[in-house]
Amino acid sequence: MTAEKTAINPHAHAQEVLLKGLLSLLPASLVLTDPEDLRPFECDGLSVYRRLPLVVVLPETIAQVQAIMRLCHKLRVPVVARGAGTGLSGGALPSSDGVLVSLAKFKKILNIDPQNAQATVQPGVRNLAISEAVAVHGLYYAPDPSSQIACTIGGNVAENSGGVHCLKYGLTVHNILMLKVVTMEGELLTIGAETLDAPGYDLLALMTGSEGMLGIIVEVTVKLLARPERAQVVLAAFDDVVKAGEAVGAIIAAGIIPAGLEMMDKLAIQAAEDFAHAGYPRDAEAILLCELDGTNAEVSEYIMAVRKVLTQSGATEVRTAVDEAERQLFWKGRKSAFPAVGRISPDYYCMDGTIPRRHLPRVLRQISQWSAEYGLPVANVFHAGDGNLHPLILFDANKPGELARTEEFGRRILQLCVEVGGTITGEHGVGMEKIDQMCIQFQSGELSQFHAVKAAFDPSGLLNPGKAVPTLHRCAELGAMHVHHGQLPHPELDRF
Amino acid sequence: MADMDRSAALQQQVNNAIHAGTALNIRGSNSKHFLGRVADGEVLSLSEHRGMIEYDPRELVLTARSGTPLAEIESALAEASQMLTFEPPHFGENATLGGTLACGLSGPRRPYAGAARDAVLGCKLINGKGELLRFGGQVMKNVAGYDVSRLMVGAYGTLGVLLEISLKVLPRPASSLTVIHECPQTEAINQMSHLLSQPVPVDAACYHSGHCYVRLAGSEQAVRHAQKQLGGETLEKSAPFWLALREHQLSFFKSSKPLYRVLVKPATPPLPIAGSWLLDWGGAQRWLVSDEPVAVIRESVAAAGGHVSQFRASVQDAAVFQPLSAALFTIHQRLKNSFDPHRIFNPGRLYSGL
Repeated sequence: MTAEKTAINPHAHAQEVLLKGLLSLLPASLVLTDPEDLRPFECDGLSVYRRLPLVVVLPETIAQVQAIMRLCHKLRVPVVARGAGTGLSGGALPSSDGVLVSLAKFKKILNIDPQNAQATVQPGVRNLAISEAVAVHGLYYAPDPSSQIACTIGGNVAENSGGVHCLKYGLTVHNILMLKVVTMEGELLTIGAETLDAPGYDLLALMTGSEGMLGIIVEVTVKLLARPERAQVVLAAFDDVVKAGEAVGAIIAAGIIPAGLEMMDKLAIQAAEDFAHAGYPRDAEAILLCELDGTNAEVSEYIMAVRKVLTQSGATEVRTAVDEAERQLFWKGRKSAFPAVGRISPDYYCMDGTIPRRHLPRVLRQISQWSAEYGLPVANVFHAGDGNLHPLILFDANKPGELARTEEFGRRILQLCVEVGGTITGEHGVGMEKIDQMCIQFQSGELSQFHAVKAAFDPSGLLNPGKAVPTLHRCAELGAMHVHHGQLPHPELDRF
Repeated sequence: MADMDRSAALQQQVNNAIHAGTALNIRGSNSKHFLGRVADGEVLSLSEHRGMIEYDPRELVLTARSGTPLAEIESALAEASQMLTFEPPHFGENATLGGTLACGLSGPRRPYAGAARDAVLGCKLINGKGELLRFGGQVMKNVAGYDVSRLMVGAYGTLGVLLEISLKVLPRPASSLTVIHECPQTEAINQMSHLLSQPVPVDAACYHSGHCYVRLAGSEQAVRHAQKQLGGETLEKSAPFWLALREHQLSFFKSSKPLYRVLVKPATPPLPIAGSWLLDWGGAQRWLVSDEPVAVIRESVAAAGGHVSQFRASVQDAAVFQPLSAALFTIHQRLKNSFDPHRIFNPGRLYSGL
């Protein structure tokens, strides 16, 4: 492109126009362009993908967000929104030729309405801060992703975050009522309602988990629940991972929906135990953590029933936390599993597939076989009740080729999840990371429909471009690598 | 009627309609013809496209074709001591799963266990280009791609023809009991709202004819304990009452006057609109029988921050459902266009121009 090398660089000119425009909308302190200031925004929780944006803006009002969007739309500049940057799929990775809109200044809890069990907050409010603020009314916000100390509610909505209590209390989509969203064109939309249903199409469902592709969330009204009278956790140890998997189905078959049902395998148990001293049995092949909540009487009844099922399922040890401190300790071990694994390996890669629970033994066996083949250890942490797997592949990025082998291993795990009727992402999102696996999960008809949905909100395609939904051409190029049952997934497209 | 997969024939009919430029009126058992605006068009019948495809109680997931009668699904679930979470109204003996979801209908349990859309995990549909597409799946957690499955719920068939639906199901509570006490409406609203922040196993609450009804469900001990806490009388054999409420068979619903469905925040004080009221969903869904002009009703509900739709009306207003803001309606039109570019599916059933 010799044209770009002419004396007057058209890109430099466009950048100048953009910067001047942004500085007319915001105080200079809220517009960052120095590479040192941009550095903290180069990646999210998936740090293998890094890219500096052209500029970072930190608006403080909805009107400012609207004005920024109108300007970027007019100048055809890509925009990426960012909350706390704890996402695990590269969804908040900046565009190198675009504006990164940080919602960090949107930190106010706007209204707590205990009579209607709802609260309205700005998107930069941390997940846990909501529950803390409403605790005085006996209420809490149910979804609790493991990053809940740091992650923001805006990001939770964008990713449809889950947590350890999804089986009973649902995902983000089940726990929000209303959003205010600014579109790429700068239009402010109210989606959903403070009432239980809203008129028209269910845009609230569409927006939740849309990974910043459809609009920028600038306000969230969440549903609050009554804090249960009592929560109790039972820990069960198994000498075989498959038995532990079967015990999960047996608990549900007994008509009990635990508040949380988590499973960890040996490597994860040992790492967590070394890190958190949670009192886990180090010699077990797997443990289950089964939390039961409700009224006092109800919890007592369920503990008895669950203990019986676990024992019948071949648990070598069943322990009920003796007090709240031990319950917190049991959970601390689980919630710190990721950093704990981070201590025993230079790097780890966290996968996020979901499968129908009955296929757990098969998938586990296959992962363990591949682990041996690749020479890469895997620590398994599961939201077992939901069939949501988080295999953590341990590797060393400094060893030549190890990252590439890790990524290949990871791709095979996700492909296996799809083969057994599951999905490539349960709660972390597609982002940059799983864009190619979308070609395995979906055919071109569905992908085209996704692009059409995107265009309904963002006809110019400037919001978070290149994420979440792959182009058909990208899938066609990949098709050659993923020939399944002798069929090309996208036979209608030209190959390159 | 035998189970049958009519996907191919339905797809053919859709393709024919695209080529001929004919509108299609998607129909299950036609039990919900009275809902929404009148949509003209050639009937596309889903009633033969029926049968449960997969149901494994341990997975808490059920997949069925859209023409499957709700009654058939509910009896299969009951055999495994499970249930649909959202307690859907049938409004007719042969009500189908597809029709129920297309209309987005949920019953008394809705505020406490989620709506129809909350239970949906995935679907297979035909879009307006005649393409057979699958969204979501049969697993509890899935964030791959936009949530098109839930978008279909309450879209009144204007975006696509639902062929198969996967739902999350739950165990039936071991025990259930209804307590009832006589009180004025304001007190009932306060009590139902107060219960939202209490650790009490409530799974339905309504106010009807001067009485507040609270249904408790859960383990036997939990229910008995809550019964003592709440006091009031126990309503013996309460199931027929909740069924009659769900199916609009209480005498309240038999009026010849128009019926409105009013959605407000549950703690909203009684609304100043002349007519008779029945409060369901703990006060969040209020049924109004009234002769007041539609405009007056809309204005009063909007002032309270709510919205209203005409449910059973002798004469249908141009807008049966709450009108949308211009910005939102633009998004609706673009979405309609993206799923159904030839505008063949139930045109106008939800809003004029969709």
